[in-house]
Amino acid sequence: MYKVKVYVTLRESVLDPQGAAVKHSLQSLSYNEVSDVRIGKYMELTVEKSERNVEDVVKEVCERLLANPVIEDYRYEIEECVAQ
Amino acid sequence: MKFAVIVFPGSNCDVDMYHAIKDELREEVEYVWHDADHLDEYDGILLPGGFSYGDYLRTGAIARFSRVMQEVVKAANAGKPVLGVCNGFQILLESGLLPGAMRRNESLRFICRPTNLKVENNETIFTSEYKKGEIITVPIAHGEGNYYCDEETLQKLKDNRQIVFTYKNNPNGSLEDIAGIINEKGNVLGMMPHPERAVDELLGGADGLKLFRSIVKTFRNAVVV
Repeated sequence: MYKVKVYVTLRESVLDPQGAAVKHSLQSLSYNEVSDVRIGKYMELTVEKSERNVEDVVKEVCERLLANPVIEDYRYEIEECVAQ
Repeated sequence: MKFAVIVFPGSNCDVDMYHAIKDELREEVEYVWHDADHLDEYDGILLPGGFSYGDYLRTGAIARFSRVMQEVVKAANAGKPVLGVCNGFQILLESGLLPGAMRRNESLRFICRPTNLKVENNETIFTSEYKKGEIITVPIAHGEGNYYCDEETLQKLKDNRQIVFTYKNNPNGSLEDIAGIINEKGNVLGMMPHPERAVDELLGGADGLKLFRSIVKTFRNAVVV
């Protein structure tokens, strides 16, 4: 069994209105060193072992559903864990 | 002409769409549930607004994998008119029937009010009843109508005259003021404004009715020939 962490964010070239609003808010709190904020999604997947390679499966679900490649990038971390 | 209004869990403009077709346009119309496995008997497919599947993950992202969407793709490939309004437009984008994607409105607010649209292309099956450049008033009601596509796609949209409606005063930050686009073949239209909410002067205006009349006129002409 694998624990998979998936991070989805808007691509660098795409303006992130939520991120921009949060950045302004942080700067108004005098955190001027915060120069950029990008808001994204974090998902945890539990993936059972199968005949398919786990990384292939994770990539496929990211491309097909979890992220929209037109505006979003994704990255993931896969960790194998032993069932209790 | 017989229309299908596709209903997803969370659709909420399906009744308006049905009313527009049945009572104002006076054509046949039926509701079709999202797990339907054929749409053969319908001449036109309407994807209404709302919040299909609660807008979970992304707007339209889950609806696009519902069973009926395979049939909508088939109908689109067969050349039938397919109209997606608001959430329906978002579903068409997610399904790849139209290019691009939606972002949150620039203001981060849900905006619900009448907007002025310019008819950029009146040589489509959806807009032939409008004059070129005509300004029409149609309401919008969305939180994610901020259209985006890459430069290459935008150039293609322009070259092929696929930008059908633009906002006169951009309410949401949408690229190039885009309010509605059509596919290359010219039979799939997606738009954020709600033409089905502008079909009766008593309820604030009837500028949306010509859109539906255009579809029916094209259909009738094709059948006569």
